[in-house]
Amino acid sequence: MTGPYPSAARAGLMSCHACHQLSQIPAGPTHGDAICPRCEAHIHLRKPDSLSRTWALLIAAYILYIPANLLPVMTVISFGKGEADTILSGVKELIHAGMLPIALLVFFASITVPVLKLLALTFLLLSVQYKSQWRPRERTKLYRITEVVGRWSMIDIFMISILIALVKLEAVATIEPGPGAISFAAVVILTMFAAMSFDPRLIWDRIEEKA
Amino acid sequence: MPDKSSSHPSRLFHNLIACHECDLLYRVHPLRYGERANCSRCGAALYAKKRDSFEHTIILALTSLMLFTLANVFPFMTFELHGRVQESLLSTGVKEFFERDMWTLGVLVLCASILFPALKILGLLYVLVPLEFNRRPWKAALAFRLVQHFQTWAMMDVYLLGVIVAVVKLADMAILVPGVAIYSFVALIIALAAADSALDQHAVWEKMEEFP
Repeated sequence: MTGPYPSAARAGLMSCHACHQLSQIPAGPTHGDAICPRCEAHIHLRKPDSLSRTWALLIAAYILYIPANLLPVMTVISFGKGEADTILSGVKELIHAGMLPIALLVFFASITVPVLKLLALTFLLLSVQYKSQWRPRERTKLYRITEVVGRWSMIDIFMISILIALVKLEAVATIEPGPGAISFAAVVILTMFAAMSFDPRLIWDRIEEKA
Repeated sequence: MPDKSSSHPSRLFHNLIACHECDLLYRVHPLRYGERANCSRCGAALYAKKRDSFEHTIILALTSLMLFTLANVFPFMTFELHGRVQESLLSTGVKEFFERDMWTLGVLVLCASILFPALKILGLLYVLVPLEFNRRPWKAALAFRLVQHFQTWAMMDVYLLGVIVAVVKLADMAILVPGVAIYSFVALIIALAAADSALDQHAVWEKMEEFP
C-alpha cells in the first residue's frame, strides 16, 4: 500500500510547511523551536496542538453559526420602511424573483458549504481521535476539499459590501448591514482557520501505528 | 540563525520530499515541462515543473499590477434610481462599513478585496524580479512565505461572485452601469490566477538557496 519509502517521521525527518525542505528531527522533547534552514520558518513534526486548536476553532464556529443564521445580515430600507434579511430569506427572495441559478449558487455557498465544512471537520477530528483505519485516502481528499472550498462562503459578505456602496439614496433607499453579517463572517473565518490548523498527516499516523 | 555557508545544511536532503498531507517520503525525480508529481498514497500534489516559470510569473504579476491600479482608480459601478445617480468605487463598500462603525467587516473586505491582492502582487515582484537577475532581495524568505499566505486570504474571485449576486438583486429595482474598474477587476482575477499557475514555488526556494 505504501511507496518504496517510509513516512518522513519514521525516517527521522520533518518537513517545512512553507517550503517543503526536510530537516532532521532534533533530539530531545522540544522540537518546537526548530527553524527551517532554507526559509527560516518554524518547523514542526506535526502542526502544533492540531487537534485541540482545531476543536477550539470549530466549537467557536458552531456557536456563532446560530446567530449567523438567525440574525439579519442586512436591512433594506426603502421609503422609510425596513425589511430585514437573513441568509436564508435572501435565498428565498432570489427564488421568488425567478433567479434560480443565482439562488442555487448563494444557497450552496452560504448554507451548504458552511454546514458541510463544520460536519466534515468534526468527522475528521473524531476519526483521528478514535484512531480510525477507515479509508484514509478519501478522508484526506475530504480535508483537501474542505480547505479549498471554504473561502467561497464569503459571497454574502461581499454582496452586502457592494449593496451598501451602491444603494445610499437617503430618502428613497438605503441598505444597512446587520449583526448577522459579523457572525456569519466569523463562522467562515473560524472554519478556515480550523481547516488550516488540522493536520491531515495525523490520519496517516494512525494507519501507520496499526501497521 | 541558519548556517549560510557554502555547505548549506538544506542541501542534505535535497533529493527527498515528504508529502504534505500524508508524510510519505519520496525521492525527487526530474520531471519534463508541464508534468506534475502526485503522492501515490493520498493523491496530494508533490511538485511540478513549469516552463519559464520566473519570466511568466513576473510578466503576469506586472500585468496584474496595472490592472489593479485601474480597478481601484476608476468607477466600479453606477447606480441609477428615479433619476438619481450614485457612483461607487471598489473601495466604497469598505468606507461604508467604517462609517457605520462596523470595522470588523470593513477590515475583512478591505483585506480580502484590496490589501492582500496588492501585497501578493508586490510580494511576488519583490522576490522574483531580483532573483531573475541573480540577486537575493532583503528578507526574501520571509517575503515569499507571506506571499504564500496571502494566497488564501486574497478573495477577489469570491468578491466577483458577490458583485454578480448584488447586481441580480438590484436589477429590477434600478439601472446599473458597469464602470471601467469592473472590467479591469475581471481581467485582474484572470491575470492573477494565471500568475498563480505559472509560479513554481519549489523553483523559487531552490533559486534562493543559490544566493544565500
